[in-house]
Amino acid sequence: MTERVVRVASGQGFWGDSLDAPRQQVENGPVDYLMLDYLAEVTMSILQKQKERDPAMGYARDFVGAMDSVLDAVTDRGVRVIANAGGVNPPACATAIAAVAKKRGKSLRIGVVTGDDLLPQLGQLVEQGHALAHMETGEPLETVRDRVLSANAYIGSEPIVEALARGAQIVITGRSTDTALTMAPIRFEYGWADTDYDRLAAGIVAGHIIECGAQCSGGNCLYDWRNIPDLGNVGYPIAEAYADGSFVITKHPGTGGRVSVHTVSEQLVYEMGDPHAYITPDVIADFTSIQIEDVGPDRVRVYGIKGFAPTDKLKVSIAYRAGFKAVGTLVYSWPDAFEKAQFADRILRERLERLGLRFDEILTEFVGVSATHGRLAGDWGANAPEVQLRVGVRSDDRAAVERFTREIAPLVLNGPPSVTGFAGGRPKVEEIVAYWPALIDKSVVQTHVEMV
Amino acid sequence: MKVRLLDIAHARSGDKGDTANVGVIAIRPEWFPLISRELTRDRVTQHFAGMITGDVDRFELPNLNALNFLLHGALGGGGTLSLKTDAQGKVYSTALLRMILDVPDNEARSLGLPTG
Repeated sequence: MTERVVRVASGQGFWGDSLDAPRQQVENGPVDYLMLDYLAEVTMSILQKQKERDPAMGYARDFVGAMDSVLDAVTDRGVRVIANAGGVNPPACATAIAAVAKKRGKSLRIGVVTGDDLLPQLGQLVEQGHALAHMETGEPLETVRDRVLSANAYIGSEPIVEALARGAQIVITGRSTDTALTMAPIRFEYGWADTDYDRLAAGIVAGHIIECGAQCSGGNCLYDWRNIPDLGNVGYPIAEAYADGSFVITKHPGTGGRVSVHTVSEQLVYEMGDPHAYITPDVIADFTSIQIEDVGPDRVRVYGIKGFAPTDKLKVSIAYRAGFKAVGTLVYSWPDAFEKAQFADRILRERLERLGLRFDEILTEFVGVSATHGRLAGDWGANAPEVQLRVGVRSDDRAAVERFTREIAPLVLNGPPSVTGFAGGRPKVEEIVAYWPALIDKSVVQTHVEMV
Repeated sequence: MKVRLLDIAHARSGDKGDTANVGVIAIRPEWFPLISRELTRDRVTQHFAGMITGDVDRFELPNLNALNFLLHGALGGGGTLSLKTDAQGKVYSTALLRMILDVPDNEARSLGLPTG
């Protein structure tokens, strides 16, 4: 008898990722679950703004097209889909998906997970003494309370498992953790208890590896990047999970990219904090326990993972309005490109000073010289073929930022010579929606599963 | 002998708020002890002096032949507040790999380190 395996395929690493990946994942080989991650830290606030304009919006619209492209696999072959595409409006997302199915003459059982949205009771929570202090600075939420746009608790695997147990073919969540989207179906299939910490942690690690799509299967890989084959047809990752908690990361045959200890290790360390304690709502995973080995072409086995009991808190992702910013750029050419760009920066700053504009920050960078590696980049001297002057400003005063955007173009005629690269027009003023991470007692967050 | 960290390690970096993380991985497992010995918290702090406003934390993952560094105050406020090109710390990885290590000739030879 062959060992039982559960295949979870990643088909989306962020909102804006490849439109073809979901379909390719269900068509190029066998998979049991398709996992789609749409939410980044600031996505929730963008969705909240959309919902304010139209109560039927507030979810990741790309998911509708993705579902259309994989619908046959779901209804005819039993592939189940788990996505946090619900954003701040999972019920509306479910309605849109049901409409897609109906149009194609199919019916779907959709599990809708809610309860992560804390915005309606935020005032009450603060009054009850939940400070929701900023996790890095310690400041109480009170300092930005009147500017809050969205507040969502990161929720774990349990409601997803419940939806699957109730027969959901599609599970739509709001702010689930990215890793729970992968761990939940594996946990459901093998019936892991909520205290089975080692195996829950293994599911979380599998989720961490595949949650960024192709970034573990050859994309954005520094090691040997020149020789990674056929990235134009990159294969998205699949976790093949076994009952003991071990799993193999692989991709469909015939696709590009690479799955190796090198590509997977780079993803394992991505966005890592203290590796001894990767904290999730379900379990704390110890990344120093992970064992990893190449076991075949594009096959990496991961095993030995340890986990510990979770904390009694959930992380909350709060978005708030934090003023305005704009970035202006000009390109200066050889000879003395860097010197000219510096010269122009001095003129610009003098202008801003004369106008009496107040900014919380003005940042000048010289792209081509030092923008990304600072002084570590060394001295390029006068021979740089071109240098981009890039100046950004940030302020609570929108008018000041607007005025800044009018001060870039005049430098073309009023400043140092051999300047170009201004065809894009005036810089745009952008409202900043900033991220406020906080913790809240688990007991105040009640999740619900509804089948539609 | 001078050895470029770039030639013996690979790396990936990311962000959490105003903190950048840099995970550094030995290209070959036998090179990890040397990398772990050389990349002390002090050495990395010195490497990024003037580029970050906070402290550096260092963690070891011998199971992955890797080290993880947290560079606090590295991202100009982080996330959407940052005005930096690299607001999410994506290329602090290669900035760390610019480091040049001084390795005794014997050791470099016995480990088969790439030269030049």
